[in-house]
Amino acid sequence: MIRATGLEKSYGRGDERVKVLDGIDLSVERGTVFALLGPNGAGKTTAVRILATLADADGGTATVAGYDVRTQRRQVRRAVSLTGQFASVDEKQTGEENLRMVARLGGLSRPAARRRAAELLERFDLTAAGRRLAGTYSGGMRRRLDLAAGLVGEPRVIFLDEPTTGLDLRSRQELWQVVRGLSAGGSTVFLTTQYLEEADQLSDRIAVLDGGRLVAEGTATELKSRVSGHRLDLVATDAAAYERLAPLAVQLSPDTLTLGLPTDGTAARVRALLDEIDPRRRDVASFTVHSATLDDVFLALTGRGRTTEEPARV
Amino acid sequence: MSDTAIISPVGRALNNSLVMTARSVRLNTRNVDAIFTSLMLPIMLMLIFVYLFGGAISTGTGEPYVAYVVPGVLLLCAGFGSSGTAVGVNEDMKGGIIDRLRSLDVGGASILAGHVASSTVRNTVSTVLVLGVALLIGFRPSPTLPGALAAAGLLLAFIVAISWLAATVGLVTKSPEAAGAFSFFMMFLTYPSSTFAPIDTMPGWIHGFAHHQPVTPVIESLRGLLLNDPVGSAPWIALAWCTGILLTAMALSGRLFRNRTA
Repeated sequence: MIRATGLEKSYGRGDERVKVLDGIDLSVERGTVFALLGPNGAGKTTAVRILATLADADGGTATVAGYDVRTQRRQVRRAVSLTGQFASVDEKQTGEENLRMVARLGGLSRPAARRRAAELLERFDLTAAGRRLAGTYSGGMRRRLDLAAGLVGEPRVIFLDEPTTGLDLRSRQELWQVVRGLSAGGSTVFLTTQYLEEADQLSDRIAVLDGGRLVAEGTATELKSRVSGHRLDLVATDAAAYERLAPLAVQLSPDTLTLGLPTDGTAARVRALLDEIDPRRRDVASFTVHSATLDDVFLALTGRGRTTEEPARV
Repeated sequence: MSDTAIISPVGRALNNSLVMTARSVRLNTRNVDAIFTSLMLPIMLMLIFVYLFGGAISTGTGEPYVAYVVPGVLLLCAGFGSSGTAVGVNEDMKGGIIDRLRSLDVGGASILAGHVASSTVRNTVSTVLVLGVALLIGFRPSPTLPGALAAAGLLLAFIVAISWLAATVGLVTKSPEAAGAFSFFMMFLTYPSSTFAPIDTMPGWIHGFAHHQPVTPVIESLRGLLLNDPVGSAPWIALAWCTGILLTAMALSGRLFRNRTA
């Protein structure tokens, strides 16, 4: 449904020129959910804007729904919808007016636009708020309205650029339900996110973007298996023990004296590992073994921890 | 009409322009304080000039000062009113809505046409209101029917031209505040013209500019047509100015829109 080869994009000029995308290849199958995961400034939004025809790539080619994003812009636009990080609805129009306007611009007659707007408000649980100005909506409601506006034209490919950034936990989970619904309905969904959990929860395939390059691609399980599969978390008996163990660890939490070590999760290996790092059986107070999370993958792939801070609004 | 009427590109552009006009009119009605301000300023200026300064200004026409000043105030009103269009266009370009509209394949021309059309509606309403106040304070026009129609047509042409110019300013400026400064530009353009005082009473070096700037022939025509005085070639020069401004603004805005959304 989406194919991209060697996408490149730079912004600025002269010495200030920054390469935002440095030759990325993407492939998304029909009816799947694809997540482009990366920290702030990795180039996620630029990639989405190029695929949705709102920006031109400096190099490379891409087709969406079988159409070339450069030469068949109009056909691509008819086949896709984009919901960006920033609400693209009018605050001074009601939710219903916004949807009707989008429907009319999509070529629907007045009565048909009215019906479509009512349908979408119902589907996104906004019927009660339909007659209120969008400016009075909560963050989650506004994001849902935005998404509804994108679905007026029944797109085959839905781009969601950081759909839950800035939302509270409840709104985030509501939006996840919506995305699952879209995917269950057969739409192809391409989302960007900086939340590993979101990519893990929603997507069939994940590509990790860092500094304009794809550093990994695969299913969540495949990516997790790229780091050693499991992690042994140890709690040290005291600070001195913690210090002795620290050089061996891939993950450190000094506050709780907890350290993480990679392992394959088998009893034999865990036993051997414990004996190896703590021969006198004094340093380790307790341990747990669990599957590696995407955090571990992210750490291993990008050489730094996950970005937990909220993105800067530019 | 079927649910998804497939129409020609021209039909689509027309449909989009109409939808964008309806949107813009709706947004205007929800921004009453902005309309109120753009209406109050010209009315205040008119009252100030008629009651405070007018007594000291000799127009040399024998007419009361109110008759001299009203045509210029109507123009000023259009100028103030259209600065709202500059702000509206600027806000659209900065917000996420422009991405939505582009995703829907709505062309820049339709987006701007919507703003200009609603600006025209808004300014026509405020012109009528200002004219109403002028009549209350003693403005007594005596146009012939063709004269009145010509005056209305010319004012309409001026409003459309200046609105599209405002839309262009909205595309150039970086912030809504800067875009709003268009109203100052319009205000200062009316001072070195025959809006408030005859040009002959001004210093010689400014005559050239004052006589040949676009506002003067429009005002001279309106004044002549409304008071049923001879107007000479002024209406044609005014019309030429309006057409020129409109065409230039349209060409320039098309280019600017493409640059800003590239």
